[in-house]
Amino acid sequence: MSDANFLTLENLTLAYGDTVAVKDLNLTIGKGELVAFLGPSGCGKTTTMRAIAGLLSPASGHVKLDGADITRVSANKRNVGLMFQSYALFPHLSVYENVAFGLRLKKTPAAELDKRVKAGITSVGLTDYADRKPGELSGGQQQRVALARSMVMEPKVLLLDEPLSNLDARLRLDMRSELQRVQKETGVTMIFVTHDQGEALSLADRIVVMKRGAIEQIGSPEDIYNRPTSAFVADFVGFENIFELSDGRLKTPKGPVELSGPVPIAAGLAWRPRMVTLGSGPFQGTVRGASFAGNSREYLLDTPLGPIKAEVDAALPSHELGAELAFDLPVGAAAQLRTFG
Amino acid sequence: MMARNLFIPITLGLVITFLIGPFLIIVAASFSAGETLAFPPQGFSLRWIAKVFTVESFRDSFYMSMFLAIGGTLVALILGIPASYALSRYKLPGAETIRTIVSAPIIVPGIIVGLSLLRYIVVPFQVGITLALFLAHTALILPYAVRVVSASLGNLRSDIEEAAVLLGSSRLGAFFRVVLPNIRGGIMSAFILGFVTSFNQVPVSLFLSGPGVRTLPVDMIAYMEIVFDPSVAALSALLAFMSIGIVFIAERFLGFSRYV
Repeated sequence: MSDANFLTLENLTLAYGDTVAVKDLNLTIGKGELVAFLGPSGCGKTTTMRAIAGLLSPASGHVKLDGADITRVSANKRNVGLMFQSYALFPHLSVYENVAFGLRLKKTPAAELDKRVKAGITSVGLTDYADRKPGELSGGQQQRVALARSMVMEPKVLLLDEPLSNLDARLRLDMRSELQRVQKETGVTMIFVTHDQGEALSLADRIVVMKRGAIEQIGSPEDIYNRPTSAFVADFVGFENIFELSDGRLKTPKGPVELSGPVPIAAGLAWRPRMVTLGSGPFQGTVRGASFAGNSREYLLDTPLGPIKAEVDAALPSHELGAELAFDLPVGAAAQLRTFG
Repeated sequence: MMARNLFIPITLGLVITFLIGPFLIIVAASFSAGETLAFPPQGFSLRWIAKVFTVESFRDSFYMSMFLAIGGTLVALILGIPASYALSRYKLPGAETIRTIVSAPIIVPGIIVGLSLLRYIVVPFQVGITLALFLAHTALILPYAVRVVSASLGNLRSDIEEAAVLLGSSRLGAFFRVVLPNIRGGIMSAFILGFVTSFNQVPVSLFLSGPGVRTLPVDMIAYMEIVFDPSVAALSALLAFMSIGIVFIAERFLGFSRYV
């Protein structure tokens, strides 16, 4: 084993009864990596996370962690931490006892336990709340207790289920930097599950985009954002003009359309609204919708290619509804999709 | 307009009269100095209250009732807590049917439960009187135990058990460490409700009581058929105060009404 394949999922198939949730998944995660599982609900990201935690046994395949096959190791012996979306704090125990729970089970000597629990509570800034019950804390504080409770066990992998989605904008920023700090200080391998691309892009080293129980694309945030390889990922990260290619021409509802310039070999092409050139080009469209978005204006055009979304600088002169506009879909700017559908 | 204004206070007055009235009459009658159970009481004395404690059959049947109420409730909880847990945590086939069967003793009139137990279980299988009473009371308390414990399990998120497991606890350990402590209030409430239900139970006990083995309410009826003195009123008043006391303490310390 090297640090590069610290956690390996091999041909992992996960099912609830007869319903297959994840099919033949392969993934390797390096030690200390911060990985996001990104996808819509039902894509299998939470199921995969539960399988890594040991809360779900795979129908087939293997989970390997730190050189050992842990597929059949029960959840309470894996030393994998999980921060639940609902935090799952023990309501009858104080913050201190919540954090101490795992160490007490491990029969940690009293002095060491006290030292580690206090350090854990202090590191998440809740020193003054050690004697409170979870019910007396705010959502953000509860989440930090949950983080301390997992981290005090020094887990090999920390799993986080939608860590930012229950928080308001300001707390979101706090928690994001908190997680980055924990990751930097402890070097723990982190995997978090999210349906929010912004969350994944801002926090992760690497993003695994999932769709219907399979991996759709793996890449750095820049890769995923700028170079989606499938129509699904392109759509997920905000490419709103997506076309299938056939024989070097765009497939549209009204027949194939030639593009200006050489067309790459790809299954499809996708453009963000910002990439659409407005005011010049070989195509014509009618403005059907216009909205002002601060720095920019967004237009919805009715065109022979179907509806096209374009976004231009707000400083440029605006266009009226019903105006006829020339536009172009520059081939050079487009994301090249390897798979379509 | 006038009639409307009076409707609510009159209704309230009638309800209070018929609920509290008989109780007040019993309490007053128990302080009577006369020889027979009568209202208004003749004179004032504590002799009938004192007499309650000297009647041997009252003492024996009181112990029997206490044994049935406490023992039956404990057994009902030992059966009912795992049952509630399974019903609320797992998607069991036929869960609704199980719930209905468990609740049946509440719905079916006591007199039918008593008669059927006697006719189809106690007589054919030669079950002893004490055992028969014990089984019957356990069955009668079980629905309350399952209902109240289920309600309090329903308020508890199930992911705390998974959290406990990931921190190193076994599944069973998680149940004892994080589930039980959080449904303690519900269990206490179920205990009290079960105790009171069992203690006040008449129709089923009536069928199953036998020579020398009776519950207190059944014994009181038997006593009244022979002796018509105010000691029965005195005993009733004492029992009523005991029940009120238990429920009051439960409400004060456990928030009883949240679970019932």
